[in-house]
Amino acid sequence: MKLLFFGRLGEAAGTRERIVDLPEGIVDAGALRAWLGRDDPLLGQGLLDPSIRLVRNGAVASGNARVADGDEIAFLPPVSGG
Amino acid sequence: MIRIQPEPFDPGAELAQFAGRAGDAGAIASFVGLVRGEAGSVDLLELEHYPGFTEQVVAAIGEEARHRFGLDHFAIVHRHGRLSPGEPIVFVAAAAPHRRAAFDAVDYLMDRLKTEAPFWKREHGPAGARWIEARASDREDMARWSDRGGERAGH
Repeated sequence: MKLLFFGRLGEAAGTRERIVDLPEGIVDAGALRAWLGRDDPLLGQGLLDPSIRLVRNGAVASGNARVADGDEIAFLPPVSGG
Repeated sequence: MIRIQPEPFDPGAELAQFAGRAGDAGAIASFVGLVRGEAGSVDLLELEHYPGFTEQVVAAIGEEARHRFGLDHFAIVHRHGRLSPGEPIVFVAAAAPHRRAAFDAVDYLMDRLKTEAPFWKREHGPAGARWIEARASDREDMARWSDRGGERAGH
């Protein structure tokens, strides 16, 4: 699974992109966030912020969307374009 | 037409090219956003984007404006990467049969880009670096359009 962290989340994760092997039993975004936060509390806290949006394989997904190995999951903080 | 690019662009040249493509429209309005130096507190602006997804969202915003204001053409050029104060960061243009639709479309496009386009800005300055998010005023600007669906301009 490819994980992408943008803006302040990239700073919290220490990287913008991370490839992970999804452990068995992680089947939704909520479990994914909890799993990521276990080893990295700063990132885990950032991912729990209600303003964070999730994009799964290029489409906006709900905060508790199903996830599978092979997915590209992006975590998007509030944007600032223009 | 949309372009998301790290290279600098020339707003005058963009407008000239746009006008060339929109020769049959009665009105063209455009907007250029520049990086603010904030009185010396910003040395550099860094913009992240999400390649592929950012283009998809920006293109959808453009198409909505085209439909809503009856545009003949639109253009959105947006930088990413590292920018210095004074540099153009965004160019928006709209071509329509009449001026009101062109003015409104540009205003609308900028409000949508400010609040929805997937870019993340970080200012670097003498006091360090900080992430910037859309301001409450940007969201208020966007809310102006929620009760004005689909009107078309007159002369």
